Amino acid sequence: MKIAIPVDDKSTKTSVCQSFGRTPYYLIYDTDSKESIFLDNSAVASQGGAGIKAAQTIVDSKVSAIITPRCGENAAEVLKAANIKLYKTINASAQDNIDAFNDGKLSLLEDIHPGFHGHGGK
Amino acid sequence: MKIAVLSGKGGTGKTLVSVNLASVAKKSIYIDCDVEEPNGYLFFKPKNIKSENISISIPFADEKLCSGCRKCIDFCKFNALAFIINKLIVFDDVCHSCGGCVLFCPEKALAEKDKIIGEVQRGVSENVDVITGILNTGEASGVPIIKKLLNNHSEEKEFTFIDCPPGSACIVMESIKDADYCILVAEPTLFGVHNLNMVYELVRLFKKPHAVVLNKCLEGENPAEKFCREKDIKILAKIPFDRELGTLNSNALISVRENQKYRDMFSSMLQIVTKEVQHETVTNS
Repeated sequence: MKIAIPVDDKSTKTSVCQSFGRTPYYLIYDTDSKESIFLDNSAVASQGGAGIKAAQTIVDSKVSAIITPRCGENAAEVLKAANIKLYKTINASAQDNIDAFNDGKLSLLEDIHPGFHGHGGK
Repeated sequence: MKIAVLSGKGGTGKTLVSVNLASVAKKSIYIDCDVEEPNGYLFFKPKNIKSENISISIPFADEKLCSGCRKCIDFCKFNALAFIINKLIVFDDVCHSCGGCVLFCPEKALAEKDKIIGEVQRGVSENVDVITGILNTGEASGVPIIKKLLNNHSEEKEFTFIDCPPGSACIVMESIKDADYCILVAEPTLFGVHNLNMVYELVRLFKKPHAVVLNKCLEGENPAEKFCREKDIKILAKIPFDRELGTLNSNALISVRENQKYRDMFSSMLQIVTKEVQHETVTNS
């Protein structure tokens, strides 16, 4: 299966990005082949609805699970419709999160935030 | 003439100024464009209220006709659409009702439905026609309500006062777009200067004739007044930080209807504005 993590750089040593929708890249890790690729997030500079567009990209990449520190409600709705599971990151590098995922140590992301939508929350 | 009253933050006195100016005019229209939290009606207590729902158009898809080509998704600059497991999802709150997706759909699978986002209430309070825009809680944008508020009233009355939402965002731009004159209300603090500068830049961008009302004036230095002098902005009036005025206002009373002193203050303010607008019309024609 493929898992996705929002990351700051295109490097295996990268840190996790704090935003799901407006992260510059996604690290897509294949748990079967143990290979990582990086995907540009075309939604990063969106005027609005970045989370929706980013989630669409993730769904189209046939990802089964996402490891992220946070996720907004619109993105979560898209991901839910596609039956993609959301896991909460542990405070560490992308690689540490992949290891923790493989060891079954990550918990599901429960707190979906209402989004910022240009108004600093509503 | 249409006079918009605005300020960079809430609580500076937009409603105080616009309600009292509207009341002191012989016949006027007061339009509350602060649709997220309208409060002018609390002072006017209008009678014979007629309400009208305001809706926007939101697209919906006929699943049988949708081929999943995603032309609508690629078109939408607001990313209000997603296509997940052979189903189009529409995010109503993100949609700006442009109708583009419906036009672009090659299968004619998209149509529009109405979604009520708020209402407009019209009533009368003595010499003032009171029009209030109300945006339902949770809705993203009040702009469609403001468009309705400003497009749909008679031009018979000499004065229209537009009580704007706070700040300088889209919703304020929509409110001042057709105004003949803008009154900027400011507080005598450094924070007040920062917020005054926001709306000052906005009215300059829109090339609107404007002047400032300094509210809550105390003895001593007034940073907002200093700002006006530096930028050569006309000061229309200085409203004192006055317990009596504050009490009337917090009891939801209109000060010009209660006390001659305030009637005189707002009358002279209105006279200056009228002169200014006529002067603008002459010099610009």
